[in-house]
Amino acid sequence: MHRLLTDMPGSQMLMLGNEAIVRGALEAGVAVATTYPGTPSSEISLNCFQISRETDLYFQYSTNEKVAMEVAAAAANAGLRSLCVMKHVGLNVAADALMTLAYVGVTGAMVIVTADDPAMFSSQNEQDNRYYAKLSGLPMLEPGSVAEALPMMVEAFALSERLGEPVLFRTTTRINHSTAPVTLGTLPERRTRGDFHKDPFRYVTVPAVSRRLHVRLLENIARAAEISDASPLNAVTGSGPWGVICNGVSFGYVQDAVADLGLAERVRILRVGFSHPLPERRIIDFVAACEKVLVVEEGEPYLEEGARAAAQAAGLTVPIQGKGPALFSRLYEFDPALVRRRLAAYFGLTAPASAAVDISDLPELPQRPPNLCAGCSHRATFYAVKKAVEGLETIFPTDIGCYTLGFLPPLSMGDFLICMGSSIGTACGFAQSTDKKVVAFIGDSTFFHSGIAGLVNAMFNNHDITVVILDNGTTAMTGHQPHPGVDMKALNLEGYGRVSIEAVVRALGVGHVSVIRPFKVQKSIEAIREAVAYKGVSVVISQELCALYAKSLKRKRGKPFQVSDRCRNHRDCINQLGCPAFFLDGERVRIDADLCVGCAVCAQICPEHAIVPVREG
Amino acid sequence: METKRLIIVAVGGQGNLLASKVLGEAALAAGIPVRMSEIHGMAQRGGVVESALVFGEAQSTIISDGEADVVVGFEPLETLRALNKCNRHTTVITNLAPLPPFTVAIGRGTYPDIGLIQEKIRSKVGRLVALDAVALARSAGSVLAVNIVLLGALIRTGILPLDADTIRDTIRHRTKAAFVETNLKAFELGFNHSQPV
Repeated sequence: MHRLLTDMPGSQMLMLGNEAIVRGALEAGVAVATTYPGTPSSEISLNCFQISRETDLYFQYSTNEKVAMEVAAAAANAGLRSLCVMKHVGLNVAADALMTLAYVGVTGAMVIVTADDPAMFSSQNEQDNRYYAKLSGLPMLEPGSVAEALPMMVEAFALSERLGEPVLFRTTTRINHSTAPVTLGTLPERRTRGDFHKDPFRYVTVPAVSRRLHVRLLENIARAAEISDASPLNAVTGSGPWGVICNGVSFGYVQDAVADLGLAERVRILRVGFSHPLPERRIIDFVAACEKVLVVEEGEPYLEEGARAAAQAAGLTVPIQGKGPALFSRLYEFDPALVRRRLAAYFGLTAPASAAVDISDLPELPQRPPNLCAGCSHRATFYAVKKAVEGLETIFPTDIGCYTLGFLPPLSMGDFLICMGSSIGTACGFAQSTDKKVVAFIGDSTFFHSGIAGLVNAMFNNHDITVVILDNGTTAMTGHQPHPGVDMKALNLEGYGRVSIEAVVRALGVGHVSVIRPFKVQKSIEAIREAVAYKGVSVVISQELCALYAKSLKRKRGKPFQVSDRCRNHRDCINQLGCPAFFLDGERVRIDADLCVGCAVCAQICPEHAIVPVREG
Repeated sequence: METKRLIIVAVGGQGNLLASKVLGEAALAAGIPVRMSEIHGMAQRGGVVESALVFGEAQSTIISDGEADVVVGFEPLETLRALNKCNRHTTVITNLAPLPPFTVAIGRGTYPDIGLIQEKIRSKVGRLVALDAVALARSAGSVLAVNIVLLGALIRTGILPLDADTIRDTIRHRTKAAFVETNLKAFELGFNHSQPV
């Protein structure tokens, strides 16, 4: 049995924040869960996926976040409880659905998890999704700890049902990827079959309907504001003339700072866990009781602006500050010592100086950057493309996945990236605006997520681009989740369809389509050369299973290779491929047989043919 | 109870997360408040994994520079890189067996001398416990038990409010049955190659 199904109410279990969120949804009776995977939210989906296989929870990996939200929205309008999970930038993809879903609302309950990533541990930006709550008008809850995530999730479903609106549940990486003891509640039966009651003048958002629905939304925001003002999720602790308003993980840092500085008698804290609509009356009462107020929040000055506006409306002149050169930055994440220093400075105290040792005399330490794995098919494809375009001036728009790492030397394949699916759209723009050959790289999962629309655009507008689809048979970067092109039977999973990338590409009428096996180096180079020479849209589908995924499927791996005495130390293998199975033993290049998966790409490019299979025995 | 802060640094694949899990489960079993956080940026692709574990009443799950009571490094270069987390009272426990980063392996960077690494650490912090955890793990039966060897060395220092028996119990119940014997041996070897503070 899955550990998150443990039926022991009241007992404590060590859980990752993402597990606490799943358990909370289960305790709320969630019936339908949807996602597109993205760090730091991915473990939520993985656990839902596993649990769906042993219970009547329905879970799906959707094609992208917008589709995930649409599926969950319909389930919640059939009267069920649904959960929709994505990383912060995923909400940009789903925003079109979100904004009008807010007008329509839900008849069951729906919670949308947005996992923000301050400091960008694994993201392309650190946008603050609290503004999506303000933009859409939807309620937002934000847990301050792993332990709180579970009951707050139950609360989020109850709130959604009460208001008839989806609720946004915002986390940050330090909630998702922290672990702590969590207290279990009870697991109810879930209702898995609902019904949809037709009412086109309520659900079909033509202008005449939406004009009324917007009135409904504003009424709901007003109701939500009343609930927020009364909610125990917005609570004051401590007493004294100095005020701190904070949210999320900052609450923990503030509590520790107050304890470390011995300020328990002088500081009162308003923790905002229900952050949209803001609890304005609560904020006004809080500010009125303070001499000055510090706002501690990672990201944008959302609470600060809200608190200032509320105080101004109430005619209060108490100083309220948060972001500023001497205070907090909008950049990156906070840490306990930073909060302690800023809090002390704002209230005119001296914080103890940092006790960190002086490391200025350390030698420069070699970095340990992530690297494409030994035997990664992307390396082989990048090498083949590089050889195929030799002599041409090129631009390589790339996309989001492991293969983004191809932008690093020695491959250096990747020139432009803004978001999921952008490789093909930006390729169209570069091809139109420059005289260079444009070759776009996109992974299989990303192609389904948002690459297809770009390719249709390229066909219709007749752009001269080559698209290389790196098809490694899985969503590798986020932990090998399935996507519509994956062979689910190989995983012993029944009941799935399968979409062929090649059939999609051909159906669009692409003039030049080739399928390559990237470990066949020379053939691949020739096929890519032909594709690049084609005037118009050409597509190369490079098929080879992800090396890590193949290992997890227990696929037979190739015999490892070794460097024989024929080696003349050209070092093309190291300098052009940079496979991590290579190492230098003095001046000799060697191959770590434990890492080598026998892809034989290096053997094919060695000018002396010095790289040979390890002989048996 | 006094708050104790522990940082564990490792290279992806060295079993940092299992070591953290054993400590977390042991704390839960012993009724000691615990919070942990981890950053594993592309660990499976050769990157560094850092865990922070906070025992006691503190609410934070991460540890600021200079505020670790103890740092455990599964790889000497990564131990040195984590020195910013230490103050002059910090105890540092490090494995001495290097895993050179790929940049070094292909001659684009120099791995610092192991003696120099120890000297630098020793000169700055309260105490250094250095051991060849790979050799000890191998003699316990599996090179994969490096994490448990270092766990043994950590517990022996007595800095954390966790005793050896609680950890042994947790190893018995929370690590894979096939590895329990090896892990228990590894724990004893690490324990015996360390000293109380």
